[in-house]
Amino acid sequence: MSGDKARDAVGDYRYGFHDPENATIRFDKGLSEKVVRDISELKGEPEWMTSIRVKAYHRFMEMPMPTWGNCDMLNQIDFDSVTYFLRSSKGTENNWDEVPEDIKNTFDRLGIPDAEQKWLGGVTAQYESEAVYHSIREDLEEQGVLFLDMDSGLKQYPEIVKKYFCSVVPASDNKFSALNTAVWSGGSFIYVPKGVHVEMPVQAYFRINAKNMGQFERTLIIADEGSSIHYVEGCTAPTYSTESLHSAVVELIAMDGAKIRYSTVQNWSANVYNLVTKRGVAHSNATIEWVDGNIGSKLTMKYPAVLLRGEGAHAEVISVAYAGKGQHQDAGAKVHHLAPNTTSNILSKSISKNGGRSSYRGMLQVSPKAHSCRSKVVCDALMLDADSQSDTYPTMEVGNSSADLEHEASVSKVSNNQLFYLMSRGHSEEEAMGMIVNGFFEPFTRELPMEYAVELNRLLELEMEGAIG
Amino acid sequence: MGDEVLSIDGLHVSVDGTEIIKGLSLTINLGEIHAIMGRNGSGKSTLANAIMGHPAYEITSGEIKFRGTPLDEMEVFERARAGMFLSFQYPSSIPGVQVGTFLRKSVSAVRGENAPSARDFRKELKGHMEALGMDKSFLGRYVNDGFSGGEKKRLEILQMLLLNPCLALLDETDSGLDIDALRVVSDGINSITPTAGSLVITHYERLLELVKPDFVHVMIDGRIVKTGNADLAGELEAKGYDWLEA
Repeated sequence: MSGDKARDAVGDYRYGFHDPENATIRFDKGLSEKVVRDISELKGEPEWMTSIRVKAYHRFMEMPMPTWGNCDMLNQIDFDSVTYFLRSSKGTENNWDEVPEDIKNTFDRLGIPDAEQKWLGGVTAQYESEAVYHSIREDLEEQGVLFLDMDSGLKQYPEIVKKYFCSVVPASDNKFSALNTAVWSGGSFIYVPKGVHVEMPVQAYFRINAKNMGQFERTLIIADEGSSIHYVEGCTAPTYSTESLHSAVVELIAMDGAKIRYSTVQNWSANVYNLVTKRGVAHSNATIEWVDGNIGSKLTMKYPAVLLRGEGAHAEVISVAYAGKGQHQDAGAKVHHLAPNTTSNILSKSISKNGGRSSYRGMLQVSPKAHSCRSKVVCDALMLDADSQSDTYPTMEVGNSSADLEHEASVSKVSNNQLFYLMSRGHSEEEAMGMIVNGFFEPFTRELPMEYAVELNRLLELEMEGAIG
Repeated sequence: MGDEVLSIDGLHVSVDGTEIIKGLSLTINLGEIHAIMGRNGSGKSTLANAIMGHPAYEITSGEIKFRGTPLDEMEVFERARAGMFLSFQYPSSIPGVQVGTFLRKSVSAVRGENAPSARDFRKELKGHMEALGMDKSFLGRYVNDGFSGGEKKRLEILQMLLLNPCLALLDETDSGLDIDALRVVSDGINSITPTAGSLVITHYERLLELVKPDFVHVMIDGRIVKTGNADLAGELEAKGYDWLEA
């Protein structure tokens, strides 16, 4: 027993099925200013949004590709072969029975309606470019909580959107935030009024079904003073031989004393480019937590960020990445301490297997005026075989000497002694590997709602089984 | 011969190309406790690991049978499911895996169809933990992660009791234990003895005062050089090993 059998195993992707493509509106492939204007016009947007989009489009065209991450893979993206807008349903329903049958079936298979009944405060289900289903619990609505898909958010609350849109992630932040700003569609819009605590998590589920699809959702969450919310998102796509592109932008604003937790279990199929910009601003004594899991995709480049702008604000980033065959997870965290007495914890864990590559890319910045800040960064990598790769790119920019910073990093392998120990207790090699892997991710998993945690554990166990039989 | 739990015949074992066990034969019957004593490096732990099937221990010749079935075709987990148990000298830690979850999964893996219901399992677990003087907070900790030596040994014995093996191999389970912990270990061994055979590897006589072995074997340089009854342990304690060397 060398561990080779388990380590060679290639997991089956359970969500790789696809439905017939029944588009009601599908744009021709490729991107131009006309495409951008057409999207805006189709949605009946105000002029100022059209103008933001068009400017962003030109920025996108001018900006170079990022020079980090995986340049080879990035340069393989053929922007002309992407479908930038696809409407698959007449509108956003608030009753599952009204959702087109095949789309409803998809979400049934993904367990969304079931989860909604059991443990969620609200649900948005996005299929291709737009939300096909949306609901919020009445009690939350009565308390003034706004939870809409982003297109409806813009229609109904244009003044709020105008104030905060691009305020945290400017269009020109990077090439992909510019792209998203130009062609965004769907995503979530949330506003939590002062002092309101949303006890049950609200969830968005993103599904790409069509080939060569580009999904560009845009999410904006504003938690007013002293309020709190937990937002959960999941994503899957069919397995095609051609690539799809997912490029989202998420902006969070936590006002004084507010708390936003944003949890993600990203499980795109291995043909999806996942290039996402996520950033939040935390005002005085506010907390922003990113709980970010990356299991799927071909290439993920994502570094959830927090700007600690108010005194006493806190950032928590827990991320895990699993890179299997042909996958590169380039993930990490960025925290900017811009005010005194701000604190942050970053925990990053990655697993590489079957030649997969995971990279931690982190930025920790303390501005000269931000005295008495504390931060702890821990990066752990677990390698399941010798073909796989793990690398770490931490950056620290510390502008004053009063900061208390810790950084720990480790790279480990599954030892034969650990496998032997578990096998001597009756577990097959695959089961033993599954236990070790789940244990390694446990600090992440325990932060997820239980239903997600169970699903994630099952997913990883399947990844360890794979090629048997 | 229906009572034969383990039989080893002419066993040779190498680690990294170096021969450690150089021709060893031994038979353990149901209800018997065998002790193996010897200095560090005499091959005691190698024997235990080779019986359980550690991949680093290569059997170059000879045969091991468990209840009449040759072990060479059985994977480690199949040996466990068939009723073999090894209490490790240095149990591995499995960070992130809670003791409670691990025990439940192990019991259902090893006992299969005969595994207790969730409720009976909890009852059984509670009983054993009380007997071993283990607080229930143990169940929420990660397997062997940050455990003291005594805690690790207690967890090994707890697993032995829950998995209820037919052959128990105990590799220096007594080392580094205080007298209370030693009693816990010996009570554990004594309680499974009526339905199991045990092989107790130890340096010290004090455990053998509590478990009363039927046979004591002295191992030197990969071979059993002398076999006696429980009195041999006392003799070794008094005289050391030099008088047995060729």
